Amino acid sequence: MKELRVSAIKDGTVIDHIPSKSTFKVVEVLNLSKLDDAVMVAQNLKSKKMKLKGIVKVAGKELTQEEVNKIALLAPTATVNIIKNYSVRKKMNLELPEMLKGIIKCANPKCITNNDMVETKFHVRSTKPLRVQCHYCERYMTENDLEIL
Amino acid sequence: MQKRVARPKKKMSFKGRDVISIRDFNKQEILHVLRTAEKMEKNRKPLLKGKILATLFFEPSTRTRLSFESAMHRLGGRVIGFADPSVSSTAKGESLPDSIKIVEGYADVIVIRHPLEGAARVAAEAASVPVINGGDGANQHPTQTFLDLYTIKKTKGKLSGLKVGFLGDLKYGRTVHSLAHALSYFGVEMYFISPESLRMPDDDLYELKQKGVKYHEVKDLKKVIGKLDVLYATRIQKERFPDPLEYKKVKDAYILDRSLLKGVKKDLKILHPLPRVNEINYNIDDTPHAAYFGQARNGVPVRQALLALVLGVEA
Ligand SMILES: Nc1ncnc2c1ncn2[C@@H]1O[C@H](COP(=O)(O)OP(=O)(O)OP(=O)(O)O)[C@@H](O)[C@H]1O
Ligand SMILES: [Mg+2]
Ligand SMILES: [Zn+2]
Repeated sequence: MKELRVSAIKDGTVIDHIPSKSTFKVVEVLNLSKLDDAVMVAQNLKSKKMKLKGIVKVAGKELTQEEVNKIALLAPTATVNIIKNYSVRKKMNLELPEMLKGIIKCANPKCITNNDMVETKFHVRSTKPLRVQCHYCERYMTENDLEIL
Repeated sequence: MQKRVARPKKKMSFKGRDVISIRDFNKQEILHVLRTAEKMEKNRKPLLKGKILATLFFEPSTRTRLSFESAMHRLGGRVIGFADPSVSSTAKGESLPDSIKIVEGYADVIVIRHPLEGAARVAAEAASVPVINGGDGANQHPTQTFLDLYTIKKTKGKLSGLKVGFLGDLKYGRTVHSLAHALSYFGVEMYFISPESLRMPDDDLYELKQKGVKYHEVKDLKKVIGKLDVLYATRIQKERFPDPLEYKKVKDAYILDRSLLKGVKKDLKILHPLPRVNEINYNIDDTPHAAYFGQARNGVPVRQALLALVLGVEA
């Protein structure tokens, strides 16, 4: 069977191959519920490349590299397609930014970011394996400690 | 416009800078702070006349506060602030950035001590005047680290190439983590002497390894004490042990007593951030090895140096 088409869009962005469980998180992190144009979300789709995937289609908006990078942590397998006039114009790769702002929670309960109105900031110190350091309390966290906000 | 051929040597600038974490300072900057502290001990000039320091102690710490106040007074400046968090607006639910934005209008420089980790960095981001961290929970206490370094430099004449032992609670002792980090610039060989349960955290060891530091983890002080130039002792706190029997077992193994000093180098210096409970026996105080009281005194010139530097005043 041909890959399921949720629906075609003229111009916009398709985020494909999202780990299925993270699909709605992607919508949340990219703040897509605030958009006026059509946003289509599908999860638990069969995929050749992975077990189950999610797809998010955003009409009328070309996501920037910076926005796309925000999902690098929670959906590292995702592919991002920019659609122009019904066809794929560009495929973007996800790059983990040097600084993660407001994306993950600090695992340290005594960190100021867990106790005051302060946005979290993490320095990415290494990617494989992933090691990030809280800009405020200076604690290191690895993949296992990560909690997406 | 004429092309500039020879570039003037870049001057180190401390003016307007915050002092939040020892990690924010490179080797040259650390040495500059230590040299400035040395000058502060020699000449007493009212370099900060007309300046105001605000000390915001969201957690009580008498020694750190007095030491900052003394430093500011010695430089001819004035001090405002609070030592009791219950009088602050934070107690009424004000956010820290808001509190800082108010206080910066009253002072030229701020010292903050706070029980939450990262609070000083938040304060620095909110303030337009320099902020000095007087301790943020278990995270950083950079002025303590500068005074530890100053004490080592003063008593040993140098930092480079020393063999430094860290004794006791290396897990929770933030002074140990910061000092080890700072000493990593100076080719120091480190000995981490602790019970298994209070080992140096893996994150810190990882950082040291990345910087090419030669270090050893040891359980038995007797085995290595003879090699050391400096021994930095810390308190082992009973509260850290879930099992009181475990505490009893390790406690006595990490107590410094005169009898332990038999085979040590003649010029071994013993430091301790104080207060001590029983980890250094009083019978060591009058030996030439005891450097901890001098260390506490050094807090004043070091804090004078940092206050003057961030306010852009040359000693
Ligand atoms: N006009 C469009 N409207 C909506 N979705 C589209 C449109 N064009 C392509 N897509 C979707 O964008 C994704 C990428 O399209 P592409 O044609 O590159 O597929 P592909 O070759 O399978 O790519 P990949 O190897 O990344 O899976 C697919 O999920 C596809 O369904
Ligand atoms: Mg496909
Ligand atoms: Zn943190």
